[in-house]
Amino acid sequence: MAAAFTVRGPFTSMRRLVSSRHRYRPCCPRVQAAARPVVVVVPRGLPAALPQPRRCFRTSYAAGGPVLQFKLSDIGEGIMEVTVKEWYVKEGDKVSQFDSICEVQSDKASVTITSRYDGVIRKLYYDVDTIALVGSPLVDIETDPGHEVAPEKDVVETPAVSLDEHTHQEIKGLKTQATPAVRRLAMENNIKLSEVLGTGRDGRILKEDILNFLSKQTGAILPHQEIRPPPPPLTPAPAALSKPREKGLPSAPQPVAPKPVFTGKDHTEPLKGFHKAMVRTMTAALKIPHFGYCDEVDVTQLARLRADLKDVAKARGVKLSFMPFFIKAASLGLLHFPILNASVDEGCQNITYKAAHNIGLAMDTSQGLLVPNVKNVQVLSVFDIAVELNRLQALGASGQLGTADLTGGTFTLSNIGSIGGTYAKPVILPPEVAIGALGKVQILPRFNSKDEVVKAHIMNVSWSADHRIVDGATMSRFSNLWRSYLENPAAMVLDLK
Amino acid sequence: MLRRGALVRAVSCPSSHASTLSSLFRDRGESGVILKSSSTDVYENLAVEDRIHELVDLRGGGILFLWRSASAVVIGRHQNPWQECDLRLMARLGVPLARRRSGGGAVFHDLGNVNATFFTSRGKYDRRRNLAVLTGALKTLSPRLDVRATERFDVVLGGAHKVSGSAAKLGRSGAYHHCTLLCSADRAALASVLKSGVRGLRSNATPSVPSPVRNLTDEDPALDCDAVTEAVAAQYNAEFGFSGPVLPVDPGDEAFLPGVRQAAAELRAWDWVYGRTPRFSVRTSFGASGGSVTVDVVVRSGVVESCAADAPPGWLPPRVAEGFCSALVGSRFRPAEMKTAHVMIGNRIPLHSWLENLVCGIMPDFINLNLTRALI
Repeated sequence: MAAAFTVRGPFTSMRRLVSSRHRYRPCCPRVQAAARPVVVVVPRGLPAALPQPRRCFRTSYAAGGPVLQFKLSDIGEGIMEVTVKEWYVKEGDKVSQFDSICEVQSDKASVTITSRYDGVIRKLYYDVDTIALVGSPLVDIETDPGHEVAPEKDVVETPAVSLDEHTHQEIKGLKTQATPAVRRLAMENNIKLSEVLGTGRDGRILKEDILNFLSKQTGAILPHQEIRPPPPPLTPAPAALSKPREKGLPSAPQPVAPKPVFTGKDHTEPLKGFHKAMVRTMTAALKIPHFGYCDEVDVTQLARLRADLKDVAKARGVKLSFMPFFIKAASLGLLHFPILNASVDEGCQNITYKAAHNIGLAMDTSQGLLVPNVKNVQVLSVFDIAVELNRLQALGASGQLGTADLTGGTFTLSNIGSIGGTYAKPVILPPEVAIGALGKVQILPRFNSKDEVVKAHIMNVSWSADHRIVDGATMSRFSNLWRSYLENPAAMVLDLK
Repeated sequence: MLRRGALVRAVSCPSSHASTLSSLFRDRGESGVILKSSSTDVYENLAVEDRIHELVDLRGGGILFLWRSASAVVIGRHQNPWQECDLRLMARLGVPLARRRSGGGAVFHDLGNVNATFFTSRGKYDRRRNLAVLTGALKTLSPRLDVRATERFDVVLGGAHKVSGSAAKLGRSGAYHHCTLLCSADRAALASVLKSGVRGLRSNATPSVPSPVRNLTDEDPALDCDAVTEAVAAQYNAEFGFSGPVLPVDPGDEAFLPGVRQAAAELRAWDWVYGRTPRFSVRTSFGASGGSVTVDVVVRSGVVESCAADAPPGWLPPRVAEGFCSALVGSRFRPAEMKTAHVMIGNRIPLHSWLENLVCGIMPDFINLNLTRALI
């Protein structure tokens, strides 16, 4: 019994003072006249005057004994991993030696893991239904000071005497099991453990057994001690059972309240997956200085053309919409204005004119906004583009778009008009430099060349471009060219490559 | 529940105090102790297993416990009863459900099935050796029988049909390994009962691995329960070098096995059998006028943790749906408690039938809902 001063303080500083896991300065909870020189341990940050030594200094932050890692012991049969199925303790619980800590399962065998030490659970290493490896730490237990540290090796039956017998009192050849606290109690009361009937597991003697024995002997009422019944091995402890059930609804018909009562609650959750990706992309995109340019396209003739060709395409098994025409026209325009099919690096130092026209399509899928692209539009025919679009749409609908389809785009078109809207302000998808958003096709009155009011199919287009490298004039000319192809599809045939 | 007449306890007890199994084992454990249950109540027999596991210090010997039980379904420690068996059918047939403390899958017990539990210390835990006892015993009775143990610790007949399954429990110092043996079980009942009665159930509970089974008597009529029981006992002695006789044990004998009645009561309790189920969720969906109705129930420790109902507003007003859900939350997932969820509904909505379907589809037995109908 060396130290006469108790030590309080943050546990981390205590740990620093402990040179290794298994050696520690025993701090006795009792006051003992210190005949030997006292070892005073003062962690930094404590007031200079230490508190008077006293008993029972175990509070939640008391510097207790060392924190021992309790490893998952060998199960036998060469089993290397198990599934943790149920925890019987949580962090902060007090456990005694031999209390059940958790239940693990390995291929039809259910194993109850019991604690090797008395102490407080400090950390659980696994969640329910996760796989634990044999030999890895299961829990951290902060043991009581003064506790005899049991040997590290687990209880394994060997032909010789097994190791845990060191902690058992051997009486008349029978091994009586009792925790150190119980043994101390018996010793204080001059009771022989062999005379006490144990009612715990494996005939283990519990504190209650000692107390019962004493009361039987003396017939006196013992001084009040908190008697806690031994925890049963498997304690069903369903959580959240205390929530009071709302007693249904009144039996009489309720009159309609004049004011609706809003019982909604705010709901916060972290952004994950698709939303997180969108945050990243858009933050990067809006660092690009955009400028917008909008125009109106008369697609009456295109509509007629499409109507004619729809059945032909259907006969070939392909659904033909307006998009293949828009995409091909854009590609033809990009041949004349290659700067719109370029890419700049991070610091805007170098510009790369891309050879391939990989035109992306903004697609609204069940996973959210995705932009797959059609590769090498410059060598595809309108029909080929339609085939490719069908394929991408099918993949998008089933959520199976792959990285090959989703990367490598050089220019983007967004057909937001298929859902609705006229003018938009699209956001460029880095590392591209331009994007177009197509509004819906409306049937509006327009003047024709003969000054007559005719029905026209009008679609609006909104372009955005990177103003660091593209100027308004380029965008305007590109848009005019694109528009001319669509307003007069016959002209497209002339330039089709 | 069959109980044979008077109890015959330990054959000879040198000590003068009441004879318990622990003391019996201390005296005779080295020559092996074989116990045979005189009860066919599944809970009592499982309670005997628990008490032997808890009370007896098995170093220096072993115990074999042989028992049979009347029709019952026994699921493993971490399984989900709604997922493993048809609770409604079992209620109708009067087949009880028990949850054992060892792991593994769901099995059907009846009087044509023999159970053998091998108790050893942790160090001597060896499932292969135990299965060798079983196959050895069967081969002694019927030398041409093609039985062998598999890697999954089953015993198969003719390489294809399972005649025995096993599960194990390891404690701090002792362990047990128990196995079934299908001698002449009711295979039709087995197949019909071990089927989930609930659709739309999602859980992480241990699933069972179904296998085709066969009775030993189908192969050789001499392999009935009594013959097999005797052969297993004899083979146990031969394998481990023991010489103990077969002792009958009465699971109601509190003196022999202290705490056995309490253990049986715990095993019967709803909180253990159903309440121990790992968290799971059930989603029921069906059509109603104006759309479809979906109800999502999440159950944890046998208690409804959350409930969400989605129904067309014309069919069930959202306020009513919310009221229904919040009434269910916190109640145990069993008929008597779900019954007290009073719901206000409109008179044109056939709520009774759908609610009954929902709750009955996932309830162990039929319920009688008290629904307050109100005119809106």
